[in-house]
Amino acid sequence: MPPAASILAGEAKQIGLSGKDVSSLELPQLQKAAHGERLAAPMLTFILRRLALLIPVLLGVSLIVFTLIHMIPGDAAMLAIGFDQRISAEQRELVRKSYGLDEPLPVQYWKWMSHVLQGDLGRSLKTKRPLTQELQLRLPVTIELALLAGLLGMVPAVAVGVLAAVKRNSWADYATTVITLLGISVPNFLLATLLVLCFSFWLKWLPPIGYVKFTEDPIQNLKTMILPAFSLSLPLAAVMMRNTRSAVLEVLSQDHVRVARAKGMANRTVLTRHVLRNASIPIITVGGIQIATLLGGTVIIETIFGLPGIGKYVYEAINGRDYPVVQSVTLVISTMFVLISLIVDVLYAVMDPRLRTSK
Amino acid sequence: MSSTATAAIATTNERASDFLAGISRPVRKKTIWGSIRRQRLALTGFIIILIFATIAIIGPSIAPHGPTEQFSKDRLQAPSWQYPFGTDEFGRDILSRLLHGARISFKVGLIAVGIAGTFGVLFGMASGYLGGWADNVITLLMDIIYAFPAVLLAIAIITLRGNSLNNAMIAIAVVYTPPFVRIVRGAVLTVRNTAYVEAARAVGASTPRILASHIFPNITAPLIVQTSLSFAFAILSEAALAFLGLGNKPPAPSWGSMVSSSYGFLQIAPWAAIFPGVAIGLTVLGFNLLGDGLRDALDPRLRS
Repeated sequence: MPPAASILAGEAKQIGLSGKDVSSLELPQLQKAAHGERLAAPMLTFILRRLALLIPVLLGVSLIVFTLIHMIPGDAAMLAIGFDQRISAEQRELVRKSYGLDEPLPVQYWKWMSHVLQGDLGRSLKTKRPLTQELQLRLPVTIELALLAGLLGMVPAVAVGVLAAVKRNSWADYATTVITLLGISVPNFLLATLLVLCFSFWLKWLPPIGYVKFTEDPIQNLKTMILPAFSLSLPLAAVMMRNTRSAVLEVLSQDHVRVARAKGMANRTVLTRHVLRNASIPIITVGGIQIATLLGGTVIIETIFGLPGIGKYVYEAINGRDYPVVQSVTLVISTMFVLISLIVDVLYAVMDPRLRTSK
Repeated sequence: MSSTATAAIATTNERASDFLAGISRPVRKKTIWGSIRRQRLALTGFIIILIFATIAIIGPSIAPHGPTEQFSKDRLQAPSWQYPFGTDEFGRDILSRLLHGARISFKVGLIAVGIAGTFGVLFGMASGYLGGWADNVITLLMDIIYAFPAVLLAIAIITLRGNSLNNAMIAIAVVYTPPFVRIVRGAVLTVRNTAYVEAARAVGASTPRILASHIFPNITAPLIVQTSLSFAFAILSEAALAFLGLGNKPPAPSWGSMVSSSYGFLQIAPWAAIFPGVAIGLTVLGFNLLGDGLRDALDPRLRS
């Protein structure tokens, strides 16, 4: 409705927004600016806008994966049947045809994507089994590992980070700084090596390699998962500690905390109601990004500990040129990564209303 | 509304206190060197880097043995006077291999960060200053690269281009370009609307000139911090890739591949994995300490 908009624009001008600002604002924002109302609509637009942004990113990812894989010298059909001299050129051509490799690349890409969108990720060249089945076997391992590592890395780290900020410049604070620096500097494969040396070879408490399903033997499963999860969690814990500490320190120095103290509020209440609530926003963001980064770290850790997750799977697939596996699994991992960052963004907007309206 | 008002009051307060501080204290020179010296942690980092950089330069000439020289009688020897860090499964002196390997780590750091930094500055400045479609395209491209798990993308690039150290450096550079772009873009956005840039535009300075002599000098602080931290990441990534058998070929003394090749002998010869691992950790620690210290020193908000 144009009249409403112009009235709102007039009101907006009165409250000090310039004409240029008004034209760039959308109607709900104007209403908000004029009446100071909280509306549910911006939240929905925000989520929809972020979802729409995912499409070009994921398309780009799929294009790059596809191109990278098809630029690798050595035809997938050749690799699948080996370099046997007895197989004639015609037979090779037949195999190529059966994989659809005789078609032009854009057609191949189109077919792959349309299958993926229908939930068909293709088949492994090595085992000939559908990838959806292979992933069903392996995804739970990686998800369990990531969850365990996330739990180990975040819960204690946030607590320690808060403690370090509250007791600034105490020995606890310095200890936190040291642990943080070690955590981001020690490569995860070195940590894994040291842990195996200590807990598997010297103390003989935990197995150095292998995997047991949780449903078969929960205790043994945790025994095989704890070292890999800990190796993955230290860098995460380090980053979380550091960010929690600086986020809490920043909020502690703000005026509203001083006001809360001045009116005699108990320290504990100030901390839970005013400090932690405000500090949680940067902590959540960093945590989300770190969990997403964990997915990449699983490649190395799963390989070291012989865990049958998707990280080890995709690494072996790259070495074996099992291109459908590399293509689809990379796409799956990247999609998970992008979805996690979307969830983080939405959480961020839920907790900080100012962000809903800005781009 | 109210938050901006509070922020404005806060800045005024800060300015006032800066002003008072200026009166009561003698003006001190704000140089990067001065900032490093004030920060004990940054200084420690700087010294660690200096030591390892010296090793990278003169290491090969002071090493007692060649990096691939094998003493087949002395396999998996524990540290001793003859072999201070012990020997590996081929009877090679670990100290000598470490001294030679420092050069690889630093080479990877320099070249990978050099490439990532150059492209990061170019793309980031274009994206932040020009805005519009250039900004959209560059941001989308960086988001796409960022959506890949770093290790996977690096492995894919190396598989595609062939397994060599050069390709590992290219892969690491590609993976670490997006953070540079983001940081440069953000810094440019805060600088582009300042009065001095507007003034330069008003007197008719060309866009490349504004970027080179007005914008760039004012975004160096975050750039220096990012460079130091990226060095740490690059060395860590090279070691991780080498651990997976990617990058340097086996006889070459890359620290990461030293850890992975001795992993199988961990129980009988732990030193063969621990010493190269500690070397990686210390070097990375040095760059992280320096980067952190510089951030504290260069970011006025964190100065207390």
